[in-house]
Amino acid sequence: MLEVEELTVKVGNKQILHDVSLSVDIGETLVLFGPNGGGKSTLLMTIMGFPRYKVTHGRILFKGEDVTRLPVDERSRRGMGLLFQRPPVVRGVKMRDMIRACLHGRENGATIEQLAQKANMVEHLDREVNYGFSGGEVKRSELMQLIAQQPEFVMLDEPDSGVDLVNISLVGDMINQLLERDRMRSRTSSGLIITHTGHILDYVQADRACVLLNGGIWCRGNPKEILASIKINGYEGCAVCKK
Amino acid sequence: MQKVTPSDTSKGKARQAKAQPATSAVDVDLGAYSPEAEEHSYQKDPSQLPAADKQRMHDVGVIVDDTAQRTGTYLQIDQSVIHSKAEQEGVEVMGTPMALEKYPWLKDYWWKLVNPEADKFTQYSNTHPFKGYFIRVAPGVKATYPVQSCLYIAKHGLAQNVHNLVIVEEGAELNIITGCTVAPVKDEGLHIGISEFYIKKGGKLSFTMIHNWAPKMAVRPRTGVILEEDAVFMNNYICLKPVRTLQMYPTARLVGKNALARFNSVLVANPGSHLDVGSRVLLQAERTRAEIISRAITTGGTIIARGFMSGQVAEAKGHLECRGLILSETGTILAIPELEGTVAGVDLSHEAAVGKIAEEEIEYFMARGITRDEAVSVIVRGFLSVDIEGLPPELSAQIQHAIELSEQEML
Repeated sequence: MLEVEELTVKVGNKQILHDVSLSVDIGETLVLFGPNGGGKSTLLMTIMGFPRYKVTHGRILFKGEDVTRLPVDERSRRGMGLLFQRPPVVRGVKMRDMIRACLHGRENGATIEQLAQKANMVEHLDREVNYGFSGGEVKRSELMQLIAQQPEFVMLDEPDSGVDLVNISLVGDMINQLLERDRMRSRTSSGLIITHTGHILDYVQADRACVLLNGGIWCRGNPKEILASIKINGYEGCAVCKK
Repeated sequence: MQKVTPSDTSKGKARQAKAQPATSAVDVDLGAYSPEAEEHSYQKDPSQLPAADKQRMHDVGVIVDDTAQRTGTYLQIDQSVIHSKAEQEGVEVMGTPMALEKYPWLKDYWWKLVNPEADKFTQYSNTHPFKGYFIRVAPGVKATYPVQSCLYIAKHGLAQNVHNLVIVEEGAELNIITGCTVAPVKDEGLHIGISEFYIKKGGKLSFTMIHNWAPKMAVRPRTGVILEEDAVFMNNYICLKPVRTLQMYPTARLVGKNALARFNSVLVANPGSHLDVGSRVLLQAERTRAEIISRAITTGGTIIARGFMSGQVAEAKGHLECRGLILSETGTILAIPELEGTVAGVDLSHEAAVGKIAEEEIEYFMARGITRDEAVSVIVRGFLSVDIEGLPPELSAQIQHAIELSEQEML
């Protein structure tokens, strides 16, 4: 599904990622652990194609195609989706219009309402996009948009941050729906999840994990094992471990 | 039509005003326009009007083919009232000259909310023949559907002089949709519109005005509104099409306790257009409330978006919001929100923002697979869709229709 090869990325004049390589197979979900400022969000924003993130070396292959130079909307239309950690507020535009745009003409009368019902966002449909939303509402709004968009490859940037205990299980359910984690066979959706705390792993099964530290990949392995090790030794423990 | 002579007093005041300059930065030479226009014949059945004229009227929310959804209709072309009709008992719709003739007591309402000496346009209006609509709703009567009016200019070089009077009696309710426009081939012209609105105790007036002028038109409305106890005034103003110069600053005085006024304006300045538009609210009784919201977009023209709110008694509350979007390399938006409190205990606030569409917002949509152009379109449409609480669905639909019509031209 996704192959990132020796990616080096600059934001402004500052190099944030160095020679990062990773891959996500079809139907697979990869977790990316790492401390704040380690480059996790930069990696996702670069894969999605935001122009602020300049690839100075390496390339991104998506479903076999080199998408390194493609604009954001082209990548999205090829099947990429991103849950923003802090999405912008769009004054004036209603959630309903946003969801309609995400559906790309696939809506029928009931679809938007049904999606909103599942996301517990019915009363938000006539509110402005992300305006005055709580942490949990932002995540539910993002996931509702992604479920409408139906991407094959979903990147989730801290889906558990700012989400209270009441919301986290719903957020987990929505992620599982998006990644088809309820399905054992013929799963076609893939995921790349960033988590700082690992809370979301209580709700979403991931296949593999790696740690992104100081702009590079340091460790690869079983998500639960890596998380357990981080909980004991902290990211400092990763730093002394061999790359 | 009957000619009405304005009172000597107001004429005298007007003469003094003649020397005063206009309040807008763009001056209008009154000598360049003629008050003369041929008389247009009265149309008993306005659906018989030419298709092109009907289309122009339709674009500003005035429907003449099927008036089943209208409680009344007033149509004026140039200086002629070509149709006026009310369909509901307790609702009156007629030309103001006729109304002044019919009801001598109307002199107590005439030139009382707009000062004839305010500037040269009020002076002109007071000293020249005029037409305009008189709409009155009797006490306790709720107009079922909107009353619609169209002020139409067909003659090149005309100074159209309109003086409107609306009286919503105690406990009455009325929606007005008024469209001001020009004939498809129309070129230069001047529209002067004096409007005086009285909303009595417990009355409600929702006034939606859609302007659809032409690139060489000069427009000078002058509006005064007074609200008694528990009265509600909702003013929605939409101007999306080119106009050379438009300047207005309607003023609402809330003199009865618990009165509420809301002004929503949606403005687009195309290249060559100069719009100087504001709303002024004076909160003069306890627990009066007001909200002024304006959305301004320039695609190359100039917009001055003003707002003035004055809290003159404790417990008066108001909010003013000006937001401007610059969609072109050239173009100016000047937001001037002003708040005045003259006693302790008033609660007034404002927010203003002017800029281009944030790149971050466009990219957010693009990440959902939407092209840049579509993203801009969705954001602009959202920006212009002011939430107008309590507006009847048919009026919301008219506003939406006007926005959709102009959207393609704008982007």
